[in-house]
Amino acid sequence: MEQDLRKKRMWAYGIVGFFALISISTYSFNEYYIYLSVYLWFGFLYGMCLQYGRFCFSSAFRDLFAVGVPRMAVGIMIATVLFALVSAFVTATGLSTFHAAPTSVHAVIAGLIFGIGMVFAGGCASGSLYKTGEGNGVALMVILSISVTQALFADVAGWTNKLVPASWHESALAKGLPETINAGDGWVDQYLAGYVWDQPVMTFASTLGMSNESVSGAFVGNLLLGVIIPAALLLVVVYIGWSRTGFLRKRKKQQGSTGFRDELAGYWTMILASKRTAIAGLLLGIFCGLQMLVTQGLRVKFGVKNAGTLLERMGFDYGISVNGTVFDPGYWYVTTQEAQWVGWVFNKLGADNMDNIYFGFVNGIPNPAINPADWMSLALIGGAAVMALLHNEFKFKKPTLELATWAIIGGALMGIGSRLGLGCNVGAFFVRVSQGDTSGWLFGLGMIAGAYIGVKFFNWWTERRMAKEFQACEL
Amino acid sequence: MKFEKREDVVYVLDVKGYVCPHPQIYTKKALSKVSSGDVIEVIFDNPSSGESIATMCDNTGDEIVNKQQEGGLFVWDIEKA
Repeated sequence: MEQDLRKKRMWAYGIVGFFALISISTYSFNEYYIYLSVYLWFGFLYGMCLQYGRFCFSSAFRDLFAVGVPRMAVGIMIATVLFALVSAFVTATGLSTFHAAPTSVHAVIAGLIFGIGMVFAGGCASGSLYKTGEGNGVALMVILSISVTQALFADVAGWTNKLVPASWHESALAKGLPETINAGDGWVDQYLAGYVWDQPVMTFASTLGMSNESVSGAFVGNLLLGVIIPAALLLVVVYIGWSRTGFLRKRKKQQGSTGFRDELAGYWTMILASKRTAIAGLLLGIFCGLQMLVTQGLRVKFGVKNAGTLLERMGFDYGISVNGTVFDPGYWYVTTQEAQWVGWVFNKLGADNMDNIYFGFVNGIPNPAINPADWMSLALIGGAAVMALLHNEFKFKKPTLELATWAIIGGALMGIGSRLGLGCNVGAFFVRVSQGDTSGWLFGLGMIAGAYIGVKFFNWWTERRMAKEFQACEL
Repeated sequence: MKFEKREDVVYVLDVKGYVCPHPQIYTKKALSKVSSGDVIEVIFDNPSSGESIATMCDNTGDEIVNKQQEGGLFVWDIEKA
């Protein structure tokens, strides 16, 4: 037992040493690699936080509906508020790397598909990454499914063109994109250029006539009105629906009667109920904001706006988009880099996938070995592994056929939802909500509805599976 | 998934290998079927399910009377309220 723990500790130190070696050796080769190392170490920290707090967005909504447990919904709201607070400072100083997304009903539909998928898969996009770090084979299958589905979906054409409304087609062509980008061919291209790009881009600050970078816009518009008040109201709903009855029952037992003071105590107790989740939320919020600050600082230092320029300066020109860019959000993101590495593999196998908007015009498909966001995701898995190894929670788990099936179906739905919503539970919900982007809450609403549908299905499924066992036990 | 009766008032729910949300949903369903005072030994290896099961029991009043952990495997005895 003691020897096993020592072995696990050695593995944990080995992983940290490996990442340190990558950072030091690449930096000594070229100073621009520090830009990639920033992604790496923030990814590592995210992984540690996620594993420590069992932080999973899927669990937040699913466990409310499935088993009446609000701890993760609370943790995520705490993280969102804290990230928003740090972000308000970053935005007000003009160093934010964030760009708001178009707002329309597409975000709700995307969130709905994503929400069903994350319940089926057993974890959201970021949750599957940290669970892979715990040795969970099912989570790894989910990542593979999300990655492959996105890469295929982003480039889908042929018969799907017939499903595109004529107005989308015309609008996509009218955008006048470079010749190498065939915006009139492919469902996703026409969806993006012909529909999504025509929708308004809004933040809570901008709808009130304030600039995002102004102090009032950042702190009052986006932070207070866009995050703190909606999050507090959402937590009131969670308290009334899932926490209040149990808390007041205990209070009544202790003191005979309850009043408004007890309601406030119950609300506060719910917020502090899971220390691990709350601590993880607090740290995640701070790290997410800091990553923006550090990345933007490096962009100013190197005189670039996107990592694509740095890669080209280092002599890497393969897989860079027609705009000279690669995917470089400057903050926590999960799904696009997953699509990119599979897109890169497909391209190497002969697929012509650089003529679409997603890869060819915006994100590129650089070699995963030099893709900044891929460094973040790999390090996130490593950070989670280190945490799991140090707490004796690392265990290799082979997927069963049943779980592998759910992983593939759920991952595929999350992949499609991500591309429709221009992000996953992190990019389309957590980050956008924290920055006051109105589309973030719409994606979240869809995700909650999707989680509800997924739970309804699983309730039926488990009931069916347990019926025989209950009968055998005469229950 | 295996659910069986071990003794008169003791049941075993084995959900090893399952990820979220299976262990917590199976535990909830099993607890809803047994009688007050019965004990279910839940065997699982998905750490995050443990957090959900613990909070669920805290809300319902069911008591986790024994917790064991070894190498990523969790064995919890839950007594129904």
